[in-house]
This record gives sequence, structure tokens and C-alpha cells, in this order.
Amino acid sequence: MRQLRLILFWLTLAITLIAAPSAHAHLMNTGFGPFSDGLTHLFVTPEDLLPVIALALMAGLRGPRFGRAVLFALPVAWLAGSTAGLLLASPVALPVTETIVTIALGVLLATDRPLPRAAVVCLAILLGLFHGILNGSELPKQSLSSQISAAGVGAALFVAVSLLAGQAASIRVLWARVAVRVAGSWIVAIGLLMLGWAMRIPG
Amino acid sequence: MKNFIRHAGAVRRSFVVVFFLLYPLTVFAHKRGGEAIGFASGFLHPISGLDHILAMVAVGMWGAQLGAPAMWVLPVVFPMVMALGGMMGLIGIKLPGIELCIALSALALGFAVCREARPKLWVAAIIVGVFAIAHGHAHGTELPLGASGVLYSIGFVIATGLLHALGITIGLIHRWPAGRIALRVAGAVVAMGGVFFLWKAISGEAA
Repeated sequence: MRQLRLILFWLTLAITLIAAPSAHAHLMNTGFGPFSDGLTHLFVTPEDLLPVIALALMAGLRGPRFGRAVLFALPVAWLAGSTAGLLLASPVALPVTETIVTIALGVLLATDRPLPRAAVVCLAILLGLFHGILNGSELPKQSLSSQISAAGVGAALFVAVSLLAGQAASIRVLWARVAVRVAGSWIVAIGLLMLGWAMRIPG
Repeated sequence: MKNFIRHAGAVRRSFVVVFFLLYPLTVFAHKRGGEAIGFASGFLHPISGLDHILAMVAVGMWGAQLGAPAMWVLPVVFPMVMALGGMMGLIGIKLPGIELCIALSALALGFAVCREARPKLWVAAIIVGVFAIAHGHAHGTELPLGASGVLYSIGFVIATGLLHALGITIGLIHRWPAGRIALRVAGAVVAMGGVFFLWKAISGEAA
């Protein structure tokens, strides 16, 4: 039964990634208000979702204390970053830097590095601030709905990290731990291809 | 009723799975001009060529035959090295003899499975790594131009990983005496496929 649950969880995660219809730099309009727009944003934006998956799984593999620390540090830093991003005059887009961050987190997950908790929390804060600023700079300025959308993104992060880190922290068998590390190598591979795509010269 | 309550968690998760299965996706009958069209085309790319399929399944079979730690080191390393080759192809770095190397990969990996070759782990990793670069480069060169290749890349990597998983699953028969023989026969079949592709590659280059 436990194995069935694990399989269902990973199947759901894979299908969530597959079902993401396209990358949305701007929030998509769900028709349920700004909070739902923000809530949905994370799950339909692989550029944001992939580093979050890598970080949450990495924290989970290190244990529940690491997972709990990231669970609070990442959404709070992301919200702070979004607020800072809202103050910027024009949207910021750094696709290559975003991809390099994703690759770095994927490498840490694939190699299963035993980082100290402070380092994992620092990574969560840096990732949250960086992506939060990018997200916030894309939102409409001087609008209450932007703040509500950012709160929606924060809620989605809380849910995603708690599910992923919780599942990774509960792993007891070697093959499941290896499977999580393989997921890290897949994130690195996706990141490398994205990097190639970003650096590609047309023609 | 008791059974239902006991399995309520699994049922809930199944509903989530079904929801995402039914999630509407945009369908394109034709490729949009100059744009990578997403997950489906990325997923189909690695499984569209038999030479790639044979080599990737053979990597999994060889890993399973070698046992731990090769069984999990190879699937962790291969996608990363292959994507590195893909990146080189995408940004236009030319590598010589790629087609020949791809054809040789099925032959060499099939031969390794057939012979139950047991080199040191680093030797196996280098052999697989060289072939991974060649396969990745060929894929990277063939990829369509795109504004955003994220979903394409996700599909591409998942398909590659699943081919390895298929190879490892097949390779697990190695634990039974009859399975060991069957696996070696499968390796011979892969090697024969490699001979065919090598012949094609050489005749193509000569022509």
C-alpha cells in the first residue's frame, strides 16, 4: 500500500509537469480571481517549478528538520522578493541565470550532497528572492490584486514543498532514494537543454 | 465501505491523476513555424529512431547486468552527459563522426551485454559517456528552433529516462539462470542491430 501511494504520488507529479500547457512569464487568468491565478502560476511554469522541486526534494532527503526549514523560508523569501519586484519600474527577465540556478540545484540533488541546514536555508532564501523578484517585476504595478497573486504563489509553494519534502523525508528504501537522485539528474539534463536553447543562435 | 475508507487516500490521488490526464492541452496538427511545439514532440524525439532506442535500452540492460552501483550510476550520469551533448549540438559546436559513433554505440553496448563484460565502473562510465555525448549531440542538432524549449526538453529527458528504465527492467531477469542467457541473447540482437546501423552509416558516408 505504501509503495502504491509512492507510485501514485510520483505519477501525479510527472503528469503535473506534463500537463503544464505552456510557460507563463505573466500570470494566467484562471477566472477565479488573483489568488487562484497566483496559486496556478507555479504549477504551469516549469521555469519556476523545476528549481522548487529540486530544492524541496534535496531538503527532504536530508531529513524532516531540513524540509520544515525550507517549507517556511522559501515562500517567505519568495513573497519578499515579489514585493521588491513590484517596486521595479520594468520587468526583469534573466533566462540564462534562471537556468543555471536550476542546473545547480539539480546537481546538488543528483549528487545527494550532505549540506548543513544553514546552507539549505540560504539556498531557499536566495532562490525565493531571485524568483520572487522576477515574478514580482512582471506583475501590474500599484494594484492590490498583484499582492494577492503573490500570496497565491506563496501558498502554492507551501503546498508543493510540503508534499515533495514530506515524500522525500519519508523514504526508507535505497531504490526510492536513487529514484529521487535520478529526478535530480533529469532536472540537470532539462536545464542543460534549456541553456542550449537560450544560447542558440538562429540560422 | 471499510475498504473504501482504508483506500481513500489512494482514491483521492487517483482523482488528481485523472484530473491532470483530462487537463486540456493544445493540439497542433502541424508544427508551428520555427517553434518547438512542446512536451509531445520532445517526448517523441528520442523514441523516433531505432538506433537511439537500441543504445539507450542497452545502457539500462548493461547497468542491470553490472549490478550496484553501476545500475544506478549509469542512469544518473547518462541523461546529464547526453544533455551536455544536446547543448553542444544546440549551440552549433561541431563534433566529427557522430553518426558513426551512434551506430557503433548499439554494436558496442550490445556486445558488452552479450559478453557480460565487466569493466571497472569508471571505464563503463567513460564508454557510456562518449556514446551519450554522440546521441545528445545528434538530438541537439536536429531540434527545431524554438522561442522556449522548456516543455520540449522535459519531454525529451523523460523519454530518454524511461528508455533506460525499460532497459534496467529487462535487465533484472539477470538474477535467474535462464534470464542471464536471455539477456545475453538480447544483447546479441542489439549488437546485430548495431552492425546494420554501422553498415548504413559507413555506406551513407561513402556515398
